[in-house]
Amino acid sequence: MLGPLFPIISLSLYVSGVALLLAGAAGIPLGAALALRPFPGRRLVELLIYTGMGLPPVVVGLLVYLLLSRAGPLGPLGLLFTPPAMVIAQTILVLPIIAALCRQSVEDAWVEYEEQLRSLGAEGLRAAFTLVWDIRFSLVTAVLAGLGRALAEVGAVIIVGGNIDGVTRVMTTTIALETSKGDLPLALSLGFVLIALIVALNAAAHLIKEAAQRRYG
Amino acid sequence: MSRLRTWLAAWLAAALMLAACAPAAPAPTPTSAGPVQILRLATTTSTADTGLLDAILPVFEAAYNAQVDVVAVGTGQAIELGTNGDADVLLVHARSREDKFVADGDGINRLDVMYNDFIIVGPADDPAGISGLATAKEALAAIAAAEATFVSRGDDSGTNTKEKSLWASAGITPTAENTWYEAIGQGMGETLTFSNERLGYTLTDRGTWLAQQANLPNLAVMVGGASVAENGDKALLNPYGVIPVNPEKHPGVAFDLATQFANWITSVETQQLISDYGQDKFGQSLFYPSSAAWKAAHP
Repeated sequence: MLGPLFPIISLSLYVSGVALLLAGAAGIPLGAALALRPFPGRRLVELLIYTGMGLPPVVVGLLVYLLLSRAGPLGPLGLLFTPPAMVIAQTILVLPIIAALCRQSVEDAWVEYEEQLRSLGAEGLRAAFTLVWDIRFSLVTAVLAGLGRALAEVGAVIIVGGNIDGVTRVMTTTIALETSKGDLPLALSLGFVLIALIVALNAAAHLIKEAAQRRYG
Repeated sequence: MSRLRTWLAAWLAAALMLAACAPAAPAPTPTSAGPVQILRLATTTSTADTGLLDAILPVFEAAYNAQVDVVAVGTGQAIELGTNGDADVLLVHARSREDKFVADGDGINRLDVMYNDFIIVGPADDPAGISGLATAKEALAAIAAAEATFVSRGDDSGTNTKEKSLWASAGITPTAENTWYEAIGQGMGETLTFSNERLGYTLTDRGTWLAQQANLPNLAVMVGGASVAENGDKALLNPYGVIPVNPEKHPGVAFDLATQFANWITSVETQQLISDYGQDKFGQSLFYPSSAAWKAAHP
């Protein structure tokens, strides 16, 4: 029974996984910068990030659709209705979460270690790297939270992906489609797989945090 | 410290590598005949939900070394996709809008493909008393008079366009203020499921009805009979057309492949496939061939 579901599940993991990597690559430095280095426009960026955390996925989907449509500014790239379009939409959705959580954790760590770092002569970028490394387990938790959000959303990927069979169909869009066709058993099976995945992710986040606390106090 | 830098560098490298791979991963694998061409077909939920495309597209894909990406949305959105150049070819069923699409220069060489009919389905106890009426016009008038629940696609689709024209022919314009009229803005499958739950009447194409009938125990055919032959209301006829998107207005569309698709779907062999679809499962065709080539071969 799982056979035909396999490409759908793997595409979900692929799209959300790549989105997470990109969101992490951009969000972690951004969060650290917000916590440590005052720069002009910092308040505005903070506001954007916190607003971004609550962005409705379907609205993000619509905006990315308008951007990527051939009639839109990035049209010539031909990205609409392809997995990269889905990755872009999910990266936008998850980036604020990673940045906000990273900023919070770095700020907390800075409050704790500021004196020590200053006395050791660690400044600027060195301090930033030290702090980010120190809070790495919290970051893993943030990334897993982002991954859960990415895997669970349907509004953005269905609009920019087009739910094309074999190309842009992921777990959530398949559940929506099969439900609309009245094929509830298939929709339910996928629903359970999705829930199991998210439970596993949260369990992993939990275990990592516990292991970190035990080892590093 | 350098450990962290290495770690971050590895992360960034992984992200960039995977991002660069993203277009390649689910792309079609080239065959010995050369790279697979992709054709983006914007069509209606009714053609997709019946399973017709799943049945016949593999023949085209094999013959032309192509991959057909089907984006199944309402006719309104399908036409919008064509207008933006986001699709290569349309397969839709709203003649007046198709003609406008071509007149605006967005599509060229529209061809007749197939037809089926619309029917009105509703709850078995038939509160509006429309079962067996000859025309949809009378039935809708009765439904409005009885203020019986009517579920509308409300999504600018071909079916929705037909529904609105039928209401107009009865001289009625239902709005959101009519609480018995429920416009849900969704596809045919969803609308049927919704009607089944709400025990309401709705207009559907026969193909989707037959394909999903097993999941709709509370509904039955009220107007339109058991087959296209029995349907006496000409207003319920539902013809489909295929329209390649005009490359002059939208450079970058796969026009040659779209033209090959249009010719293939109207060819006598494919028309026969269309006619055969559904015979074994439902005892009748879901779609009837109507291309020029078919008519010439079967006068």
